[in-house]
Amino acid sequence: MDLLAFSYPAETAIKIGAVFGVIPVGALVFTYVFLFKMMSHMQSRLGPMEAGPHGVLQPIVEMLKFLQKEDIVPAKADRLVFKLAPFVVLSSTFLLYVVLPAGPGLVIEDLNTGVFFAMAVSSLSVIGILMAGWASANKYALIGGLRSAGQLIAYELPMILAVVGVVIQAGSLSLQDIVHAQADGAIFGIGAIGNPFVLTQFVGFAIFLIAAQAELTQTPFDMPVAESELVAGYMTEYTGVRFLLFFIGEFATAFAFSALAATLFLGGWYIPGVHGTLANVLGPLALGGKIMFLGFLIFWVRFSYPRLREDQLQRIAWKALIPLSLLNIVVTAILKVVL
Amino acid sequence: MARIFDAYFKGLGVTFKTMTKKTVTVQYPHEKEAPTARARGVIAMLEENCTVCMLCVRECPDWCIYIEGHNDLAPPRREGGKPRKANVLDRFDIDYSLCMYCGICVEVCPFDALFWSPEYEYSEVNIADLLHDKSRLADWVQTVPEAPGLEAGAQAKKGAK
Repeated sequence: MDLLAFSYPAETAIKIGAVFGVIPVGALVFTYVFLFKMMSHMQSRLGPMEAGPHGVLQPIVEMLKFLQKEDIVPAKADRLVFKLAPFVVLSSTFLLYVVLPAGPGLVIEDLNTGVFFAMAVSSLSVIGILMAGWASANKYALIGGLRSAGQLIAYELPMILAVVGVVIQAGSLSLQDIVHAQADGAIFGIGAIGNPFVLTQFVGFAIFLIAAQAELTQTPFDMPVAESELVAGYMTEYTGVRFLLFFIGEFATAFAFSALAATLFLGGWYIPGVHGTLANVLGPLALGGKIMFLGFLIFWVRFSYPRLREDQLQRIAWKALIPLSLLNIVVTAILKVVL
Repeated sequence: MARIFDAYFKGLGVTFKTMTKKTVTVQYPHEKEAPTARARGVIAMLEENCTVCMLCVRECPDWCIYIEGHNDLAPPRREGGKPRKANVLDRFDIDYSLCMYCGICVEVCPFDALFWSPEYEYSEVNIADLLHDKSRLADWVQTVPEAPGLEAGAQAKKGAK
């Protein structure tokens, strides 16, 4: 926020407002564009059409529907933990948005350990999910929570290792510096579009997307919420507002992970030849376009693949993704030193 | 390589192709799909062909047809002859809340009193209103499509539509 000078309280208020604005908007956009429309058309149907033109108001209507529902706590549930769990999950999502840059000056806090911070807070949701699974006093919820924990821990590792390649190449943990490194880079001496790391770190990009798919418990890896066996996993006992919070958390996290992948691999807010104030105006649009593209990839896979088995899930993580990402780090490090 | 492609990417191609195509569903109350000409929508009843023989009632698998009739005297065929006995239809109801649209009644009717009509918009708020009486069933007759031509050598029946 170096565009205009604000006092500290005003700046903080603006930042909090921005996060509180971006999260519901991101979740609503992803819900409408991908869950309602893209999935429907992939299944050869139209999806919601009545609320507003082409049903654009449907996500808002759904939100209002959840708000007016009764907030039920099961009799045997651990009340406090049960009620707290969705907020823990959502707090992990909120914290992710702290470091995501949308323009040269548009970032809540440009931490110099931004990538580390993002990876750390994204694993916070495991605690919330375990809390939800345990406190529900329901065997399906508990199994879902445990599956979720095992899955998130298994896929946290390849994700972090995939990002390490980017960090080595950029030489910084700060997300702003990573964007700048891509903007200033050159492909074979030609710097026209910078050097988006997806070209040099394609293996890392692929691993990151697969791991993100698992982190978001999207379909090939959706055993924690497997509808046909666990009802809705750790969300089974939740109703009304608290279910809505889980739902927003899921889609806002998908939005945040897409933004993170766009920043790390696709050049983030950078538009070739645009600098200064104009970059602050157009940057969010460029980032938004990349987020929608990555969101499309994530949800395309979600709506196309069947669910894997639990052992297949673990095998992919430990036997394929982690060795591959370690190899990627080794190769990147050697090339970084040699070139 | 081809197997790997089939296993991991063909499915993505299918969903992507489906997404770009026109959807098969339509916005029903606003736009309607035309049912095929001989679709089994509703059963129409031509009262003048019915002889109250009760065959349809007996063959109906879920007993959704209710017929009541009485004997009456019809004028004699020849001058000075005995008055004939005739069956008069008092009640002919089909309960569409029970009907399973098997069409056995239409098949079994020896006098071509029952016909299939492709009309399907007769849903009701109250389930009792799905009981269509004689006059309602007679109204459906107008919507019955023209029957396909008879085979060579077949004889057309009197009053058949």
